[in-house]
Amino acid sequence: MDHKMFFSASFFNLSGKKKRGLKYLLLALPFVAFVIAFSYAPLYSWIYAFFHYQMGHKISNMPFVGFDNFIKLYNQRNEIFRVLRNTLAMSLLNIAFTPLPAVFAIMLNEIRSTKYRKFIQTTTTLPNFISWFVIFGLATAIFASGGLITTVMAKFGVTATNTNIMANNDATWWFQLSLGIWKGLGWQAIIYIAAIAGIDEELYDAAKVDGANKMQTIMHVTVPGLIPTFLVLLLLAVSNLLNNGLDQYFVFYNPMVSDKIEVLDYYVYKVGILVNDYSFSIVIGMLKSLISVVLLFTVNTISKNLRGESLV
Amino acid sequence: MTQTKIRTSPEERGLQVVNTILVTLFMLICVYPFYYVIICSFSSPDAISQGVYFLPVDFTLSTYQKILERGDIFRAFYISCLRTVLGTALCVFASSLFAFLVTKQEMFGRKFIYRLVITTMYLNAGLIPWYITLKAYGFKNNFLVYIIPGAVNAFYIILVKTYFEQLPASLEESAELDGAGFFTIFTKIILPLSKPIIATVAVYCAVGQWNCWMDNYFFVTDSKLQTMQLILYNYLTQAEQLANSMRNSLSGGNVAAIQNAISPQSVQMTVTVMTIVPILCVYPSLQKYFAKGIMLGAVKG
Repeated sequence: MDHKMFFSASFFNLSGKKKRGLKYLLLALPFVAFVIAFSYAPLYSWIYAFFHYQMGHKISNMPFVGFDNFIKLYNQRNEIFRVLRNTLAMSLLNIAFTPLPAVFAIMLNEIRSTKYRKFIQTTTTLPNFISWFVIFGLATAIFASGGLITTVMAKFGVTATNTNIMANNDATWWFQLSLGIWKGLGWQAIIYIAAIAGIDEELYDAAKVDGANKMQTIMHVTVPGLIPTFLVLLLLAVSNLLNNGLDQYFVFYNPMVSDKIEVLDYYVYKVGILVNDYSFSIVIGMLKSLISVVLLFTVNTISKNLRGESLV
Repeated sequence: MTQTKIRTSPEERGLQVVNTILVTLFMLICVYPFYYVIICSFSSPDAISQGVYFLPVDFTLSTYQKILERGDIFRAFYISCLRTVLGTALCVFASSLFAFLVTKQEMFGRKFIYRLVITTMYLNAGLIPWYITLKAYGFKNNFLVYIIPGAVNAFYIILVKTYFEQLPASLEESAELDGAGFFTIFTKIILPLSKPIIATVAVYCAVGQWNCWMDNYFFVTDSKLQTMQLILYNYLTQAEQLANSMRNSLSGGNVAAIQNAISPQSVQMTVTVMTIVPILCVYPSLQKYFAKGIMLGAVKG
């Protein structure tokens, strides 16, 4: 009786559906392994936060330092606060300007000629697809000494020596913000253009019947139609408060603007790769990731309560 | 729908003019920097310092010549192209195959596996852990670091899966009745019907590959495996030294002429142009795929 029961539980007696289910699982396993290898395995490195990490050594050879690296956060709090200040400055400035793509989309929508509108769309979305290195090249050509701005100013007899905005510490936040807007505006506007296309025609007709002029129509029909999209993008931006990305700040970093340009992503790179304090860098990166996840879920809950839908 | 003549009031017409001007202004701000570096790359360094605005001045190909003579550009261009083609092919294949798998309701642990992959979108272990892990896998000075780690991408998987789920189930079912297996259905039915989304993902992938620099910067020091982005960065940051060494390779002519034949600015601008020319050439025709992809992604949110 025992072996009969064993038989009936064997693979060959499973229903075709279950057999297929297992087959698909088998096919999916390489992908799962891949994702684990490249996205989850790095999490193991978080354990080095409690050791003094030395490149190329086994963990048994590394001195255990417990929470020393975390205490270092407190000891270096002035530095950490400076970096956090920069990070939040850039993030909040960007958040403050999130309505801008929507405004641009509305403006674009008012262009009568479809051909010209498509032309504007194509040209303004181009900056989104070049790398920050190329943008650095373009910025150097225009803003650096010997660049376009300096040449033009020399023509007007202005030969101030510190006209290079890329070396101007005080202008850093606004300059980087402007570059980010230049790069992203056209592209982000596309999402809003799609949203505008989705607004019910009848609402526009109703507004016309009620005698609304252009501005009133925009304020009372178009803008409310864009609010859902805007909220999603706003919440996503908030969840990425601490994540500014390394590309832009790596490329535009120079010692003269280091005070204001070092954001958290750059600081993690500097501490780890330039200063070689791997453990401390892991601690900062770890906290940044954890806070970001918490932010995301908070924002997700807010979204659920506000819109009835979650983001993720 | 008949074209009704809309009578616009003077204020509205005024607003429209202002609107068009502003939009055009932003368009020019987007376009002019590219135009500027292009015309400067074809101008003499002397002319650049004097002021080049609308057309090349002192048209010359000498900067291009000098830079191409150094040889590293060709190799970098080749490597960038190679990684773009291979990386895109691999990523598109892997993402679409996995997306198709995930649409199969019968798969054991489907929800869990899907969640596992999607979580990677917002769970980031950090720069140093990534660096340590890939080093541990032996990715130093290896071309594969350009195409393997990025092959399974949660964002693209979501895009493709959403698209697949909109395909009528009857197609698959009738194929299964005819005895077609998993891979046959995938390659002969699903893929041909998914050309729009595959094209979109391919285009995103390709641009990502072309612009990628971190894997090069952190893991590859071999001069034969450098990509265009890093070569560009080197030229931009070491323009002074490179200009000097290029001047030294010039012979004949007086000192002043040699001094003016190459300038750091002309070098920077020319290499910038070389890096963006592929994207500029290809972009207008691909733009619609990007827009479509974003809209498909925006539906999911």
